[in-house]
Amino acid sequence: MPVGSKEWVLKIRPEKSLISLDFKALWRYRDLLSLFVKRDFVSLYKQTILGPIWVLLQPLLTTATFIIIFEKFAKISTNGLPGILFYMSGIVLWSYYSDCLSKTSETFTSNENIFGKVYFPRLIVPLSIVVSNLVRFGIQLLLLVFIWFYFDLKGVPLHFHSALFLFPVLVLLMGGHGLALGIIISSLTTKYRDLKFLVQFGIQLLMYASPVVYPLSSVPDKYKWIMLLNPMTSIIETFKYGFLGIGEYRPDFLWINFLSLILISFIGLVLFSKTEKNFMDTV
Amino acid sequence: MSTAIKVEGLGKQYNLRAVGTGTLSHDLNRAWHKIRGKEDPYLKIGDTNYRNTKSGSDFVWALRDINFEVSPGEVLGIVGNNGAGKSTLLKILSQITSPTLGEITIHGRIAALLEVGTGFHPELTGRENIFLNGAILGMTKLEIKKKLDEIVDFSGVSRYLDTPVKRYSSGMLVRLGFAVAAHLEPEILIVDEVLAVGDIEFQQKCLGKMKDVSQHGRTILFVSHNMSAVKTLCSKSLLLKDGTLDSIGSTDEIVSRYLNLNSEITQSGIIPDNFIGGLGTGEGKFRMIQVIEGSKNVSQLYFRDSLKIRFRFQANEPLKDVIFAVHLYSADGIQLAYAESSKGYLALENLPEGEHSYEVEIDVIPMPGEFAIGMSAYHSNGINIDTIEKGYDFNVISTSRSNDQHYKWNTAHGYIFSNSKWIKL
Repeated sequence: MPVGSKEWVLKIRPEKSLISLDFKALWRYRDLLSLFVKRDFVSLYKQTILGPIWVLLQPLLTTATFIIIFEKFAKISTNGLPGILFYMSGIVLWSYYSDCLSKTSETFTSNENIFGKVYFPRLIVPLSIVVSNLVRFGIQLLLLVFIWFYFDLKGVPLHFHSALFLFPVLVLLMGGHGLALGIIISSLTTKYRDLKFLVQFGIQLLMYASPVVYPLSSVPDKYKWIMLLNPMTSIIETFKYGFLGIGEYRPDFLWINFLSLILISFIGLVLFSKTEKNFMDTV
Repeated sequence: MSTAIKVEGLGKQYNLRAVGTGTLSHDLNRAWHKIRGKEDPYLKIGDTNYRNTKSGSDFVWALRDINFEVSPGEVLGIVGNNGAGKSTLLKILSQITSPTLGEITIHGRIAALLEVGTGFHPELTGRENIFLNGAILGMTKLEIKKKLDEIVDFSGVSRYLDTPVKRYSSGMLVRLGFAVAAHLEPEILIVDEVLAVGDIEFQQKCLGKMKDVSQHGRTILFVSHNMSAVKTLCSKSLLLKDGTLDSIGSTDEIVSRYLNLNSEITQSGIIPDNFIGGLGTGEGKFRMIQVIEGSKNVSQLYFRDSLKIRFRFQANEPLKDVIFAVHLYSADGIQLAYAESSKGYLALENLPEGEHSYEVEIDVIPMPGEFAIGMSAYHSNGINIDTIEKGYDFNVISTSRSNDQHYKWNTAHGYIFSNSKWIKL
C-alpha cells in the first residue's frame, strides 16, 4: 500500500475547463519554489569578483547617468527633491517591475528543456522569478533608505506620509502586474515568436512613459490620464509621495490599478493553463 | 483499488504544421466549431504514424485508441519500434503533454524518469542538485534529507558532493540522476530507456534497484529496446505499433511478437530460374534455400537457437554419388563453418530426376550478428554440380529463449559461440 501518502487519484483528460490551476499542487511544490529562488541567486553571482555588489552598482550607475543627462543637461524638474533620491526611487521600483516582466515572459521558451522532461506545476517558474527579484529589490531598497537618512541628516526637507503604509500593497501590485503580463506574453510567444522582440524594446520605451525620469506633475493635466493608464505610474508616484513627501497620490488610480491587475491576471491564468498543457507540441 | 493505471480510449494527434492549425482561417474555423459545441473538424482527418510514407494530411495520430490497465505492483514493459508512440504515451502519463482524446485514471503518485538528471544546474554542487532534482521530481525537502545518505551511497559520488556539477563526468551525472529518482517513493514509476546511457555496472545497478522497487509493491512502467532487460524485469508487456496497441500479454509472447514483426521482411529463399550459379556442371540446381524455425522460414534467430536449414534441389537428370554441403558465412564474407552430407548423415548415392527437399541441422552456435548460408552440391569425386554462395541471409539477436542464456555483451566476441564444461581444480 502507498507509503505514507493518502489515496491520490489523478485523472488525465483533454482539458475542457477554462482555468485549471491546481493550488494543492502548487503548495506541494513549495520547496521547489525556494530551491529555484536559491538557484537563480547563486548562479548569478558565482565566479564573479564583485558578486552581489552588482545589485547595488546597477541603480547607482543608472542614477548617476540620469542626473547628468536629465537633471543637469535637460533640466527636467525633480520636483525639488535631491536628484539621487528622485531618480533612484523610480529606478529601483522600475527595475523590479521590468525584471519580473522580462524574465517571466520567457518562461516557456527558455525552459522548454526541463518542461519537456518532467512535470511540476509550470506556474512555479514565474513565481520563483518574482520572488527572487524581491531579494534584489530589497537590497536596493536598503541602499535607498541609507541615502534617505544621509539627506535627512543634512537637513533636506523630506517627510514620510501615511501613504507609506501602502508599500506592501505597491510591491504586490508591481510583482502582480509583472507576473500577469509576463505569463500572457510567455503563453503567446510559444506560438508567435515575434513577441519576444516586442517585449525587449517595449519595456525600454515603457520606462519613458512612467514617471521615472520626470515627475507626473510636469505632465499637462489633460494628458495625465494617459500616463495613469500605465500601472507603474501610480505605483511610483505613490511611493515617492509616501517616502519622500512629494508626488501625486491618487487613490482612485490605485483602485483602477488593482482592478486591472485582477483582469490581466485572469486573462493570464487562462492563457497560461491552456498553454502549459500542450505547448511542448508546438514550442 | 484494483487498478493502478487505467487508460481508456487514449488518442494523441499532432499537427505537423508549426502554428495553431496552420492558418488563421483554420484556427477560426476550429473556434467556430467549438463555440457551436461541435466536434473539432480537424480531428477527423489525420493519418496513422507510418514513418515511411509521406502522407497528404498534416495531422498525424501518434497514438490512437489505446486501452489497457495496470494493476498495482505490476511491472509492465512497453516495447515497439521507434515512432510507435512509446515516448508519447509516457509524456501523456507524466503530464508533459495532454491527450487529444480519451481518459487516464491514476491511483497514486507518479514519478517519471524520462531523462536522467533533469534540472541539474551546472553551477550548483552535487548536494544542492540532489535537493533541486528531488524537488523537481516531487519530493519534499524533508523526504530528500531523510534519504540523502542512501542517495549519495548509491550514486558513488560522495567524494565530489560539494563540487559544482559542471565538473562531473557524464557517468557521474547519470549515476547521480538515477540515484535521486530511484529513491523517490512514488506508487508508480515510469522509466524510459534510462538504461541506454551508462556503463554495464550502472545498468546492472539500475536493473537491480528497479527489481527491488517492484518487490516492494510499486508499479513500474518500463520502456526499453533492450529485450533481455525487459524479459528480466517485466512479467507483462505491451507492444505498440504505429501508434496503436498491437498486443498485450506475457512478456515472452510480446517480445517474440515484436521480433517477428520486425523480421516480416523475410526473404522467400527461392532461387530465381535465370540465376547463373557458380562453375558447376549444371546437372542439377538448387531451387530454394532457407533458414527455418519449426516449419517456417525466418530471417532472425534467437541466440543459441539451433541452426536448421531447408533446401530444395532439382536434379535435371539422374545423378550419382551426390554430396551436399552447407557453408556458413559471416556478413563480411568469411566462411565460418562447413558441413557435408557424406559419410553416413544422408548417404546420397543416386538422385532420380526431379525435385528433392531436405532439412539439415548444423551443430554450430553463431554469435549475435549477421550471416549468410551458401550451399553446394558435387559428386564424390569433387566435380561441382551447383553452388550458391549467398543463398539466404539471416541474423542472430542477443536475446535467447531462456532468461539465463542471453548474450550479455555489447560486441560479439567472434563469430561462433561454443558450449563448454568448466571444472575448478
